[in-house]
Amino acid sequence: MSAFLKRLLPALGLALACHLSLAEEAKPLADDPVAEKRLLAISNELRCLVCQNETIAASNADLAQDLRREVRHMIQAGQSDQQIIDFLVARYGDFVLYRPPLKSTTFLLWTGPLLFLIVGIGALQLYMRRRNKVLQESRPLSEEESKAAEALLKGDESSKGEQA
Amino acid sequence: MKNKFAWILVAFAALVALLAVGLNLNPREVPSPLVGKPAPAFNLARLDTPTQTFGPKEMEGKVWMLNVWASWCVSCRQEHPLLVELGKQKIVPIVGLNYKEVRGDGGIDTSKMPLDQETTLALERAHGWLKDHGNPYTLTAMDIDGRVGIDYGVYGVPETYLIDKAGVIRYKQIGPITPEVVEKKLLPLIAELNR
Repeated sequence: MSAFLKRLLPALGLALACHLSLAEEAKPLADDPVAEKRLLAISNELRCLVCQNETIAASNADLAQDLRREVRHMIQAGQSDQQIIDFLVARYGDFVLYRPPLKSTTFLLWTGPLLFLIVGIGALQLYMRRRNKVLQESRPLSEEESKAAEALLKGDESSKGEQA
Repeated sequence: MKNKFAWILVAFAALVALLAVGLNLNPREVPSPLVGKPAPAFNLARLDTPTQTFGPKEMEGKVWMLNVWASWCVSCRQEHPLLVELGKQKIVPIVGLNYKEVRGDGGIDTSKMPLDQETTLALERAHGWLKDHGNPYTLTAMDIDGRVGIDYGVYGVPETYLIDKAGVIRYKQIGPITPEVVEKKLLPLIAELNR
């Protein structure tokens, strides 16, 4: 256990250090806490186009930094969250949104998982029904059969072939 | 029994087909909402005469191409000979948009660099690159801070826009243009738009 702890502690320390260094990097931005909070909320909803699995808030890519700066400018200019998001969608498309809107083109995207679930439940039900049927049709061995099986297991030549 | 296996095999083949299609799609190819919309206006200093500015309005009545490039952009080198060739044939005027020449270069820290120093460096670098690789552009506009790039939805240099006589974006190429793109997309579209 202590050996485990010995290994764990430096790892924790390292993780903490990484976290702290990140926190420090973000600090100089916080001139206006309210605006920064809004910036964070908005940029958490936006996808970074360069590193596509990160939000603009999380990404350190050049473009994400530029877009954060742009969003900050727009917040300072007094624009609403919706105006800012519309601005970005007009340039980068719905793809920039982490929560794509429900439209005819995104219908399958939204309903796909549900469809998979329905198909899965259907397949499961079908399988269970078939299995039940098979189980019902099978019956326990009769006394005679079990005797024959026992004999077979013992290697009794006389009953060989009866159950084949 | 045989039927059951056939069913599994079909399901597996379907899955493989689905994944194969998915793997061959390019996740970088994000459909641009700008196609069909007017090219965003801007006013940027020209590379050849930095005291003058250029805006898309000047190209009204012409079919033209806007090519986003930078000297630090590796794939720009790949497409550049094609642009030079196109420029020589004078099929379409190509305007360059130099995107974040200095601050886009990961090797340079511009956080403490004054803007005029950055601008001078950007002009120097852009000139040098065109001298080395050839200049297919009727002119190049300098987007030092990348603001215009945002208006054009630029996220991966190089990008190329084809803009019609009314100033509407008709095609956008993300990433380097290829001989195939020139043959199959650009040239036919340019001919059609010029009609």
